Amino acid sequence: MIPGSDYVVTALFGLLVALTAAGALLAVMSTRIIRSVSGLAVCCLGLAGLYYFLNSPFLALMEILIYVGAVCVTIVFGVMLSEPDEPAPQEKRGREVWWGGVAVLVSAAIFGGVTRLSLRGLWPAPVAPETDGSLRAIGIALLTTYSLPFELISLVLLVAILGALAIARGGRSRE
Amino acid sequence: MSLHLYDQAGVYLVLAAFLLAAGIYGLIRRRTLIGMLISGELIFSAAALNFMTLNRFVAPNPAVGQIFVLFLMGLAAAEVAIALSIIIAVYRNYRSIQPKELSELKG
Repeated sequence: MIPGSDYVVTALFGLLVALTAAGALLAVMSTRIIRSVSGLAVCCLGLAGLYYFLNSPFLALMEILIYVGAVCVTIVFGVMLSEPDEPAPQEKRGREVWWGGVAVLVSAAIFGGVTRLSLRGLWPAPVAPETDGSLRAIGIALLTTYSLPFELISLVLLVAILGALAIARGGRSRE
Repeated sequence: MSLHLYDQAGVYLVLAAFLLAAGIYGLIRRRTLIGMLISGELIFSAAALNFMTLNRFVAPNPAVGQIFVLFLMGLAAAEVAIALSIIIAVYRNYRSIQPKELSELKG
């Protein structure tokens, strides 16, 4: 093992965590919607790196392919087809500040509560793994134990495509 | 240092809690439908990260969590497709996608 490689790996991990958190903040704080889509893409890139650290390079690839490649691009198309920018605040200043305070309070309470639960939680001790969690094990499990959910999700995707076409098409031919 | 930072479940769990809190903040605060959709995606990501963490550190079979997160990604993609088509239909009818103005029902 190369000396000092530990520090490089830890620094890379810290960078990925910071990327994920900064992307999430950018996604919810910015007023221009296109910036928050970019924040979502950055957040998903960081998450893909974290999945790699969690022993799952396959899901890291899928995260980039599905979220950055499909979901963010689809949202950008939605942004181009409508006018999604946050409107200038028309309501009274005090009401605005009050709602902001409520939002910060609620999310801080959720963050604190979930953090406390997950750090204090008595997780069972890790047991010896039955499989190695490799791509081969995932493929075998998908085609044997989980074949019914696998087929069902393809049905869900088909229905979602047809439904999206039907909804977005309605009302386009007239007026 | 025998135990590295990236080998501890706590870091991942706290980050997942942060993503959940950010998503809920966005859901309360956003005033457009697309912004709320993006916040919902953040909440999905938080759930997926939680699943992957417990899959890596606790679960006996490390393939199950990966398969579950794969299904979660498929469902999120389907949800985005449906939600965006609804948003575009709403924009065509109302010329606006602010949830405040969507206050008419027709039956």
